Amino acid sequence: MKPSKLLLGCMCLLLSFSLYAQKEVNKNHSCLKCHAHRTYKYMNEDFGMEIKESMCSNRMIDTLAYQQSNHGMFKCTDCHSPEYETFPHSGNLRMELMYACNDCHAGDPEYAKFHFEAIEEAFYESMHYNRSPDAFTCWSCHNPHTYKTQARIGEKISETVSYDNNICLSCHADVSKYELLTERENINILKSHEWLPNQELHFKNVRCIECHTQLSDSLLVSHVVMPKDSAIRECTSCHSANSHLMASLYRYKSLESRKGSGFLNAVIINDSYVIGANRNKYLNILSVVIFGLVLIGIFTHTIFRIFKSK
Amino acid sequence: MANEKLYLYPLWIRIWHWLNAALFIILLLTGISMQYSNPENPFLISFELSVQLHNICGIALSINYLLFIFGNLFTSNGKQYKMKTKGLFKRLYDQSVFYLFGMFKKQDPPFPISLENKFNPLQRFIYSTAMYIGFPIIIASGMAMLFPEIIIPQLFGVSGLLVTALLHAIIGFVLSLFLFIHIYVCTIGNSIISNFRSMITGWH
Ligand code: HEC
Ligand code: HEC
Ligand code: HEC
Ligand code: HEC
Ligand code: HEC
Ligand code: HEC
Ligand code: HEC
Ligand code: HEM
Repeated sequence: MKPSKLLLGCMCLLLSFSLYAQKEVNKNHSCLKCHAHRTYKYMNEDFGMEIKESMCSNRMIDTLAYQQSNHGMFKCTDCHSPEYETFPHSGNLRMELMYACNDCHAGDPEYAKFHFEAIEEAFYESMHYNRSPDAFTCWSCHNPHTYKTQARIGEKISETVSYDNNICLSCHADVSKYELLTERENINILKSHEWLPNQELHFKNVRCIECHTQLSDSLLVSHVVMPKDSAIRECTSCHSANSHLMASLYRYKSLESRKGSGFLNAVIINDSYVIGANRNKYLNILSVVIFGLVLIGIFTHTIFRIFKSK
Repeated sequence: MANEKLYLYPLWIRIWHWLNAALFIILLLTGISMQYSNPENPFLISFELSVQLHNICGIALSINYLLFIFGNLFTSNGKQYKMKTKGLFKRLYDQSVFYLFGMFKKQDPPFPISLENKFNPLQRFIYSTAMYIGFPIIIASGMAMLFPEIIIPQLFGVSGLLVTALLHAIIGFVLSLFLFIHIYVCTIGNSIISNFRSMITGWH
């Protein structure tokens, strides 16, 4: 084959790929042309003219985040009724029953490592579910259009922290979502955590769930959010040699890096510094040795002074 | 050695010194309690208290350090910390030989104390290093950890906080070695306590 033909063949292949990809992106265009924008247009048949209106913000979908999410390859109508194709959407679609995670994931061996069934059980124990069993669902935290397995795929721990904390903050920093679920007065979390020094630093480096959930051996992300009286308050549960964080926040990374280097503290050591938890074995030994030498030196000198003073 | 009494330590340096010593010791104890934090160890100060004490004393020590800097800038005491590089090594060597051998042979100190030279070369060198290199680093890194937003987040792919904290701990360790050696060497005087008495009364 001549090189030019090879090139042509390659270009055709590329073109068809990009067309295919284009189609993939556009498969949801019929919904996203309205739901991805602040305004949408529709044809008013009666007047025979196009009308432009604004889309309320909680009906809007971030297309980029959608594509990057776990379910980004889904068609909207895989989860929503195909009847949504028509606009105005029919009123009784509001009554549509949505799938739960485990309608699709339960019992599927492909997802066994995520332990969906165990998570569901943990969720039923959680304070949120028990306070509003009808309204609080998996979707309350797992935004159907953006959720991804950040803790597994995230490069940096700080990104995972902010991703996970934003889940909690979607209600605990936003009354409009919070008040859908309770009659209780809004909780000001900045005030409730005034006892925590360097609050901003902590909220950037440590997840809400570190203190608010029960640790779990089998789950990467513990799902039992406890009532506030059971939240962790002792500094030393993180700031000590057997830091709680090794079993939660740093667990996935440390499991991964242990596979590679066999050095347990490797993750903490590069990504962050938790006073009391970061201990470098070699520096510790070195400092004890140096300190010992100094004491021996002082001791010997003293002995000489005692004997030579006469 | 001169027999008449010398007024070596003006009041402000004595105030600075004992404040500094007290704060430094608290910082050392609370620093160790945080570094080796372990709720089961009865000898350590609780983490929460340590953090608070360490912060307060750290700020107090930094302010006190300003007294030291300004005092030495505007009084003649500052001269005591200046060294000529020429022959420095030889002078340090001579003084070390005195501490290691000479003093046991009842030799006279090679650099007797005077108003112009209240420190021997070794003291001069170590005090200057501790006060003009060690202290600025430990204060700057400590302040950075108190206000972490000023720290560069990443340094050569490693957390900036980690580098700062490591530097802080290492200098802290070195200064604590200084403290032990310092206190011991101060017992080498006319009598074991005479130097301590001088640092209280000002008269040598
Ligand atoms: C012409 C613009 C337009 C198109 C196209 C459109 N929608 Fe909508 N959609 C809206 C507007 C406006 C609302 C909010 C008012 C309402 O609930 O009818 C809405 C509401 C919704 C809701 C929320 C209903 C509720 O109960 O709160 C869902 C779900 C929805 N759309 C899904 C879809 C899906 C799926 C598609 C594509 C198959 C789609 N929409 C196409 C404009 C559109
Ligand atoms: C994995 C299933 C899934 C897919 C795929 C999906 N949705 Fe949804 N969607 C849901 C669920 C579940 C809810 C209800 C959320 C709740 O109850 O909080 C919802 C709610 C909505 C709402 C109501 C507003 C809101 O956010 O609560 C709109 C609008 C919507 N979806 C549009 C879309 C569009 C457009 C697409 C395609 C780009 C899409 N959805 C794809 C599951 C899905
Ligand atoms: C309509 C069925 C359906 C529902 C409902 C659904 N999923 Fe999925 N989910 C899937 C499918 C299919 C995939 C595989 C997507 C792929 O391979 O790209 C998937 C992928 C995932 C993955 C990624 C798996 C991996 O290998 O990276 C996670 C995690 C996940 N889903 C969690 C959830 C959670 C949590 C919920 C509920 C909040 C949920 N899913 C609801 C069908 C569903
Ligand atoms: C209170 C909020 C909340 C609720 C409610 C919730 N989750 Fe989660 N879930 C999280 C957070 C936070 C993560 C961590 C996300 C990350 O960074 O990967 C997570 C992660 C997951 C994961 C991925 C675990 C892994 O090993 O990577 C699965 C699967 C999951 N949740 C399923 C569910 C199911 C099923 C439900 C409902 C029974 C549910 N979640 C309810 C907050 C919640
Ligand atoms: C969908 C909204 C929503 C999300 C997301 C959410 N919460 Fe909540 N949370 C609530 C509501 C509503 C209450 C008040 C419950 C009540 O007492 O009625 C609450 C209460 C709490 C309380 C107080 C419990 C008590 O004893 O009073 C804690 C702690 C808490 N949430 C932690 C979290 C954490 C941690 C996350 C993230 C993993 C999170 N929440 C995510 C809505 C939410
Ligand atoms: C260092 C541990 C820790 C972290 C991190 C933490 N919390 Fe808390 N939180 C607590 C403790 C302890 C309480 C109980 C405070 C009290 O009762 O005074 C509490 C209380 C709460 C309450 C109930 C407050 C009230 O007044 O009823 C909510 C809601 C809450 N936390 C949400 C969050 C959210 C959201 C985050 C993440 C941004 C978070 N917490 C991070 C330890 C923590
Ligand atoms: C849930 C775990 C956790 C708990 C509980 C916790 N911390 Fe922290 N703390 C952290 C992490 C993580 C960092 C920062 C690591 C980083 O920046 O990389 C941190 C940092 C700090 C810092 C360092 C600030 C700096 O500038 O270096 C101080 C001081 C501190 N914590 C004090 C406390 C005190 C006091 C308590 C108890 C009231 C406490 N912490 C409870 C996890 C925790
Ligand atoms: C309890 C602990 C301490 C004791 C008992 C002590 C004792 C003394 C004594 C007796 C002197 C005077 C003798 C001499 O000039 O060498 C002195 C001077 C000095 N000490 Fe200390 N000291 C202590 C802690 C510290 C600390 C923590 C530092 C600094 C990190 C320090 C820095 C100095 C300096 C710079 C001088 C010289 C001051 C001057 O005259 O300009 N000391 N100390």
